Amino acid sequence: MDFWKWVFFGFLCAALVSRIGAVELGRNQPTERISGSAGDVLEDNPVGRLKVFVYELPSKYNKKILQKDPRCLNHMFAAEIFMHRFLLSSPVRTLNPEEADWFYTPVYTTCDLTPNGLPLPFKSPRMMRSAIQLISSNWPYWNRTEGADHFFLTPHDFGACFHYQEEKAIERGILTLLKRATLVQTFGQRNHVCLKDGSITIPPYAPPQKIYAHLIPENTPRSIFVYFRGLFYDVGNDPEGGYYARGARAAVWENFKDNPLFDISTDHPTTYYEDMQRAVFCLCPLGWAPWSPRLVEAVVFGCIPIIIADDIVLPFADAIPWEEIGVFVDEEDVPKLDTILTSIPPEVILRKQRLLANPTMKQAMLFPQPAQPGDAFHQVLNGLARKLPHDRSIYLKPGEKFLNWTAGPVGDLKPW
Amino acid sequence: MKLSALQQSYLNRRSNSFRGSAQLDSAADGSVKSPAAVFWLVLHGVCCLISLVLGFRFSRLVFFFIFSTSATNLYTAPFRGAAEIASHLDVRSTPVTGAADSVPGNMTAVVASSTSRVVVGRHGIRIRPWPHPDPVEVMKAHQILERVQREQRALFGVKNPRTVIAVTPTYARTFQKLHLTGVMHSLMLVPYDLVWIVVEAGGVTNETASIIAKSGLRTIHVGFRQTMPNSWEGRHKLESRMRLHALGIVREQKLDGVVMFADDSNMHSMELFDEIQNVKWIGAVSVGILLHSTDSSATIQREGEEESTPMPVQGPACNATNKLVGWHTFNSLQYVGRSAVYIDDRAPVLPRKLEWSGFVLNSRLVWKDVDDKPEWVKDLDELDGAGEEVESPLSLLKTTSVVEPLGNCGRQVLLWWLRVEARSDSKFPAQWIIDPPLDITVPSKRTPWPDAPPELPSNEKMSVGAQTQDQQINKHSTKTKTPRTRRSRTKRRHDTKVIGVQASTLSVSEQQN
Repeated sequence: MDFWKWVFFGFLCAALVSRIGAVELGRNQPTERISGSAGDVLEDNPVGRLKVFVYELPSKYNKKILQKDPRCLNHMFAAEIFMHRFLLSSPVRTLNPEEADWFYTPVYTTCDLTPNGLPLPFKSPRMMRSAIQLISSNWPYWNRTEGADHFFLTPHDFGACFHYQEEKAIERGILTLLKRATLVQTFGQRNHVCLKDGSITIPPYAPPQKIYAHLIPENTPRSIFVYFRGLFYDVGNDPEGGYYARGARAAVWENFKDNPLFDISTDHPTTYYEDMQRAVFCLCPLGWAPWSPRLVEAVVFGCIPIIIADDIVLPFADAIPWEEIGVFVDEEDVPKLDTILTSIPPEVILRKQRLLANPTMKQAMLFPQPAQPGDAFHQVLNGLARKLPHDRSIYLKPGEKFLNWTAGPVGDLKPW
Repeated sequence: MKLSALQQSYLNRRSNSFRGSAQLDSAADGSVKSPAAVFWLVLHGVCCLISLVLGFRFSRLVFFFIFSTSATNLYTAPFRGAAEIASHLDVRSTPVTGAADSVPGNMTAVVASSTSRVVVGRHGIRIRPWPHPDPVEVMKAHQILERVQREQRALFGVKNPRTVIAVTPTYARTFQKLHLTGVMHSLMLVPYDLVWIVVEAGGVTNETASIIAKSGLRTIHVGFRQTMPNSWEGRHKLESRMRLHALGIVREQKLDGVVMFADDSNMHSMELFDEIQNVKWIGAVSVGILLHSTDSSATIQREGEEESTPMPVQGPACNATNKLVGWHTFNSLQYVGRSAVYIDDRAPVLPRKLEWSGFVLNSRLVWKDVDDKPEWVKDLDELDGAGEEVESPLSLLKTTSVVEPLGNCGRQVLLWWLRVEARSDSKFPAQWIIDPPLDITVPSKRTPWPDAPPELPSNEKMSVGAQTQDQQINKHSTKTKTPRTRRSRTKRRHDTKVIGVQASTLSVSEQQN
């Protein structure tokens, strides 16, 4: 009897020890996934793999801004608003911050619009800074890691550099307070100051209802070879040409404007979406920033995207094999674009079209309301889940400090 | 995205240049007025004046040309040249160079980690020397498009398409080439396998054979012993018999597919051929009847139809649940007494109650000794000997309720019926080849005829009013044809009698002959 008592006691101790250990480690180990095969990683379900805590900020950071200008819900930066709404009602949300893996701060920095609808980023750094000051003073979790387990949505042109002009954005660099946080942004370019290592690139927002309202029957034959609608010269901001799109769009126009295979113009036709569905290739050149909603539209409509933007990082690049789906053309090869495209073997083109026809691919590019499995919201969560578990070193030891709260341009330090 | 920042960005760039120049000025003023400093001052002033006139940043280009040592890319260098100036003159080091390419020796800032090959700033617009389409590439692109569309058809179009068997009764006449070419081109566009059975009244002629040989389709050209009568009534009867004869050929050769009746003056849409692939045994489509009527305001009232269509349509009639309940037929009451009797009457030609062309059959219905034939179909041989006229394929059926309505239950009109024929005494050149070529008649009013010989007779009908001041052309003839002898050559005359319309002058140049 004594022997069994000791066994039982020993068993209890072991259980206790392991319980404590479990509390410390706490998280499930994410399994190793074959990254880059469409339909495999894309179909992961993030529920149960991570927990997100949503900070309750005063409504002046989110709701009031939206009330002032509801146009924010329709422009291409609307992902920040819809992500907030999604997280509030998602099963990954937890109300207990102690068990959260990631912390989300709902601050709408891209909602200060001009009368034309373009966002002005001048107050965004101050707004972000004020939000961070708030969360760091009201909750202990920011100071615990200095933001390394926090994520922010910064869908503006150059992400957290908060400027629309590339030179200025590079000058400013990423906001110092966000240097340790994970940024979820639309901008992505390799070896660029404004793309932090470990950021998650997302597609720009494209309204799903509008897209689905313009679908045409699938047996409509694709008779347009290359399709593009948009500006080639930005006469307002770059009258001499050469700055806008690094001259790539102007090169496309000058070289192919009288080529019957290229249906390119600056028109705004009402049949824009329908025409894309009748085209084999859709040009997605860079503009002032390398990303554009054209990529989303091309993927959803089954048109092979031709990406002309050197060193661009495309959305969910670790889950979607863009090299196999789209055609990448260097900006210096634009004059040879017709040769490049006509020399692609037809089997390759058919394969790309088959990959594009995959519904998981299309779903991953959109932000539908309400959220559906496999959509961009879930891909963001998958990306966040893949970064777990957090490295132990992000937790600051007492007295350790990385961020300099007074760094940056003087204008940023003013209160918002 | 940048529209609102027009002023701002432009001012910024302006201020940059001014700042640079201001610094330069202050530096020059602060130091001893060395000749070099004065020289730079003067040079900069001249450059500013020039750029004011010319309108671009000439000054920066000059600095670039003077400062740069290595042969860098002309496109990106101007900005980097300016950045150098800025970094020399400004107090703080610009992190602009962090994103720039690593140019040996010129950069002052230390480039951290890996460099990007993307440079911020002004780039040139690359235009190739001959920016026009290359025909070989255009052809390759069209081949790619063709392949893509073929794949689309395979994925989304009709699965397991069946051969289309087109039956056309025809006979040699003036308008035959016109009508038959239309049908032939429609059939050539059909993306499925096709067999074209052409039954010719009066026996096989070279005329018809030469027309259909150009199609490149698989054709079966047979002759029918009788000649085509001159009345519409007779023609319809004979055509029905010719079609039955074609069905006999289908049975004989055991052709497998969908039989459709392509009359030689009908117009077919491409969707028709896609739609008839859906037929199981016998189907009906809606046919639009185009009546050559002088009274365009006449609308035909149809039995049992709510709205009156301006164009009569023959075809299946369905109820709300898309089941066949009846037929839209042609109501000829309006045209009693006014319709054409003979083929060349200038009166509206009426169709039968239900035209053959509105029906499609599975070819197995006419086969002999096939087990899975449905029991409601009569054997073809029963119709052959029968004395009564077979008006439509419905005579093949014991009950008409088994007909499948096609084209969204008859709501889509997929082909059009029209009968237009020339006068029975009209003559046309054999195979529509004018040989030997026509003579010169009279040049048009405003075209001076360079060196036509004088006394050129004309043998065409000319309107009397056509005058010419030119001495060379003298004689006009009116509607009479008077034989004239020609000086230069002897040519056989052509008696071309053009059908019904005023003759237009056909001026064929002598020199071009």
